[in-house]
Amino acid sequence: MSAEGDRLHVVTADDIADSRLRFGKSLVWGSAVLMIFIAVLQTADQNGWIDIGFTNWRPTLYAYIFWGICLCAAQVIMRGEHGKRTLFVLPATLFVVSMVVFPLLFGLVIAFSDWNLASPDGRQFNGLDNVRQMWSDPFYWNALRNMVWYTLAIIVEYAIAFGLALLLNAEIKARKFFRVAFLLPLMLSPVAVSWMIGKSMLENRFGPVARMLRELGVDNPSFFSSPEIAQLMIMLMDAWTYIPFMMIMILAGLQAIPRELNEAAKVDGAGAWTQFWEVTFPLMLPVSITAILIRIIFKLKLADIIINVTAGGPGGATDSVTSFIFREYRDRSNVGYGTLLAIVYLVIIVVAMTILIKVADRWMRPRY
Amino acid sequence: MTAQIFHDSDTDRAYRAKWITGRVIVYGILILWAFISIFPIYWTITTSFKMAPDVMKGNMVPWWDYVPRWLGWRSLGLSPDTIGNESTVREEFLKRFWNSTVVAVSASTLAVALGSMAAYGLSRFSYRFGFMRNSDISFFFLSQLILPPVVLALPFLVLYKSLAMLDTRIGLILLYTLTVLPIVIWIMRDQFGSIPTELEEAALVDGLSIWGAFLTIILPIAAPGMVASFILSLVLTWNEYFFAALLTSSHAKTLPVMVASQTGSQGISWWSMAALSFAAILPLIIIGIALERYIIKGMAAGAVK
Repeated sequence: MSAEGDRLHVVTADDIADSRLRFGKSLVWGSAVLMIFIAVLQTADQNGWIDIGFTNWRPTLYAYIFWGICLCAAQVIMRGEHGKRTLFVLPATLFVVSMVVFPLLFGLVIAFSDWNLASPDGRQFNGLDNVRQMWSDPFYWNALRNMVWYTLAIIVEYAIAFGLALLLNAEIKARKFFRVAFLLPLMLSPVAVSWMIGKSMLENRFGPVARMLRELGVDNPSFFSSPEIAQLMIMLMDAWTYIPFMMIMILAGLQAIPRELNEAAKVDGAGAWTQFWEVTFPLMLPVSITAILIRIIFKLKLADIIINVTAGGPGGATDSVTSFIFREYRDRSNVGYGTLLAIVYLVIIVVAMTILIKVADRWMRPRY
Repeated sequence: MTAQIFHDSDTDRAYRAKWITGRVIVYGILILWAFISIFPIYWTITTSFKMAPDVMKGNMVPWWDYVPRWLGWRSLGLSPDTIGNESTVREEFLKRFWNSTVVAVSASTLAVALGSMAAYGLSRFSYRFGFMRNSDISFFFLSQLILPPVVLALPFLVLYKSLAMLDTRIGLILLYTLTVLPIVIWIMRDQFGSIPTELEEAALVDGLSIWGAFLTIILPIAAPGMVASFILSLVLTWNEYFFAALLTSSHAKTLPVMVASQTGSQGISWWSMAALSFAAILPLIIIGIALERYIIKGMAAGAVK
């Protein structure tokens, strides 16, 4: 979409009176002053300089919401028709900014402090102690390494998803049944999945999978005692839930490919294999890359299954970063260290994703 | 002895055989994968009707190798003979179920409302907030997808604590809205982009305001996209565990947290866990089967540009 010029042109003759402008301005600034006043009052109360008896920070929150509403209203009052257009985007922007940017800044402050929520001391600034602790925390590095493995598993998931999408796109009967059946795992909550599969089907003694393996001659199958197999099981469970997601994106891409292209290739004497590699696969590259990128984003949030099935065990071997921080908080209720780990993780993700998107972009651009 | 004069040539017959093997392989894989997808669900349903010996013997098929019993559902207070009685477990379950419903539905509604407005604005007008232009604003919204929940979790824990919003539904609703908003905006931007602007132009000529045109003309046309994004949000928020586990304790606890807290304590009483898990996933299975079209549409929105 081009940066300048509206797609929807509206000619407006807004004639905004001075008094209306002044009213709008005073509304915004008045509510802002009110908000700052309340915030200062609360800070003073919190630090014990004065005593008003606030029990929590709700008044400041209400003042902030009030300011937000005034800001939106003032857009229309001050800028008329243009303000009405701004009103489409402004609420969502305000919401996201206040829900993301503010907590992130706050998180940066927490990250450099020692703050045990259970202790009465409150927050203690401790400089770079958390960074030093992180540097020598083998479990965190292990969790980061695990994330690389978990992310690499996406390649296999992608291959399976592509295969299934190809089959669903072929001439088959009962397509609707298969589509619904394949989609179902995506609907299930990871917590339920971790019980259904991780804790009952993969149970050592009575689980059906263990039983089947015993029939096949494996003695004492166990799924979560050796690190490699436990990791593999986590990957499998996660793949089971998310393969439908990639499959559907790829299927949508396949259906958008005009039939003529494959027909033309067939006329030119291409076999099924050549058709796939020379026609379908290259055409699917953009869709594939989108699907993989989104899948990576979801994979980086992987935690629920690990928390519920292995709780990171054996010995932290299956930990993802998220589940590690979750346990770290649960065990020690120290928000400072966990936040630092999370922010370092975020920085790594942002850098890696930016590089990945750049590379994908370059790779996708046609070369002559 | 007469020789057959007309017969298929060898190549044709080979083709036929190849075609049949091809079909067998295709359907074999399809059925195998359908089995992989459905078996855990089947396992959960059947297990919820088993008794201890059935579990240990590994019986699988009801009425054939074991007799279904209401044991699991009785422990939830949902079996036919206990449905009329008082049951603390059932009350707990219904409370969690209700919490999940309220949180998921309100968060999805809020996200669809905010997201549709933003997506409409971005698809129709050009904005300039400081240095941010349209593409920057879109990127700003979509980039929230990358943000892992763990980064926000602990700051929110502290913030909510000081705002007395810990363990409240509204706190969860706001966070869930934030997590699904990028997805809604993504789907809706695609949806609005496909609606021609001539429609609004005609409406504006006829005297509607821009908001009037949006609400009365565009939204009804964009309804499929809204339904798709609503359902996707519903699925994601209903299943969300991480924030709920951190930010709720007794009052606003959601269903996944209840399921998770039971897994450890139940030992081998699989029947009750199976009943609970199945009750937790049932709404989404129904949604998945009934509204599969919309879910696929929603997920396909971003894939094909």
